[in-house]
Formats: sequence, structure tokens, C-alpha cells
Amino acid sequence: MSAKRPVFLDLWRIKLPATGIVSILHRVSGLLMIAAVPVAAALLALSLAGPEGFAAVAALLEHWLAKVALVVLAWSLAHHLFAGIRHLFLDIGIGLDRPVARTSARAAITVAVAAVLIGGGVILL
Amino acid sequence: MSRQASGLKAWVVQRVTALYLAVFFVYLLVHFLVAPPADYAAWRDWVAQPLVSLGLLVTVPVLLAHAWVGLRDVLMDYVKPLGLRVGLLSAAAFVFLAAGLWALRAILLVGLQG
Repeated sequence: MSAKRPVFLDLWRIKLPATGIVSILHRVSGLLMIAAVPVAAALLALSLAGPEGFAAVAALLEHWLAKVALVVLAWSLAHHLFAGIRHLFLDIGIGLDRPVARTSARAAITVAVAAVLIGGGVILL
Repeated sequence: MSRQASGLKAWVVQRVTALYLAVFFVYLLVHFLVAPPADYAAWRDWVAQPLVSLGLLVTVPVLLAHAWVGLRDVLMDYVKPLGLRVGLLSAAAFVFLAAGLWALRAILLVGLQG
């Protein structure tokens, strides 16, 4: 293979199409949730250990840092879910045409953010 | 490297686990939005319900399998030095195993009392 193939990897000037953005966010959201797995397991065990443990977890989740983490994880779950559903449709051959794929990609990104905002609103109200 | 979860098999595992996780997490989200547990007793009683316990117990290996395939795909794309890749995957495997067993223990302790 020729060593002179053009390479363009200027990350600030590469513009990903919506389909590419969905794809990279699918990975980012998955990694974020993986990072939360050991914490979630520990909090589940603590909250089920007894009334003191439940109170400790409830107090911990009131901390603003925990709330930021919960919002990030809520977005991760929403994005991963909608991008995943889109992916399953692509797997069975639905929505492969470029205009449709780009529309569904924008829809997945938008619906995930909207779901977090609406969910957050329901909790706060 | 890993013949157990490579190629087509990993592809199928990722889709089947995705379907279970999608359904169960939507159920969890709706439950926590509509009826968040008010106190320890309510939380424990909910987890101790047979179907909830069973759903949670199944979720642990299913979620970890899904996370494993995804993490493996990402590491194979971005981490090229084989030693570092194997090291990261090994570390993840131990964290997954410990977290999974700890979660199963917590669910079983409550489920068996219920």
C-alpha cells in the first residue's frame, strides 16, 4: 500500500455528519455508563443493606456533584437507548438511505436531549 | 484473542442483550419517575418482589455482557498497543466481575428474605 495516501486528521476542521455524531456519542455514552457500573453496584448494595444505608445513599444523591452525574448518566442512557433503537432498525435494513439516516440521526440526538429535559422537569415540578 | 465473544457471536450478543436492557431500563425509569421509593422498607419490598428480583438478577450478567462487547470494540479501535489493550481489558474484567457479584449478592440477600 502506498505510503503517500492523503491524511487529513485536523480534529478542529473535520466536520462529522449527524450520523457520525450519533455514532461517537453512542460510544461516549456507553463508556460513561460503564464508568458508573461499579459505583451503581456499590450504591445498590449500600441502599439495600438497611435503613442507615438507604439514608446514606439518599443523602449522597442530594449532593450537587451527584446530581450533575445523574443528569450526565440520564443523558447517556437516553442517547444510548435512542441511538441503539436506530441502530437496530439499520441492522434489519430500515433507514439505510442517506437522507433518512441523517434525519433519524438528528432525531436520536434531539429526542435524547429532550427526554432528559422533560424527565428533569417532571422530577423538579 | 477472545474466541468466546468475537465476530458474529459478539454482534448477536450485543443485539439480544440490547433488547432486554432497553425494555427493562424503560420499566425502571417509568417506575422511578412514577413511584420513587419513599423509604427503606418500600425500596426493599419492591426489590424483594419475585419478578423485580428476577429482572434485576438477569440484568446483571446481561448488562455486563453488553458493556463488555462495547468496551472491547472501543478498545480494539483506539488502543493499538496489545499489552496496554490486554491490561485495560483485564482490569475491566475484574471490575465487572466484582461489581456484578456485589450487585447479585445485594439483590439475593433481599430477595431471599422477601
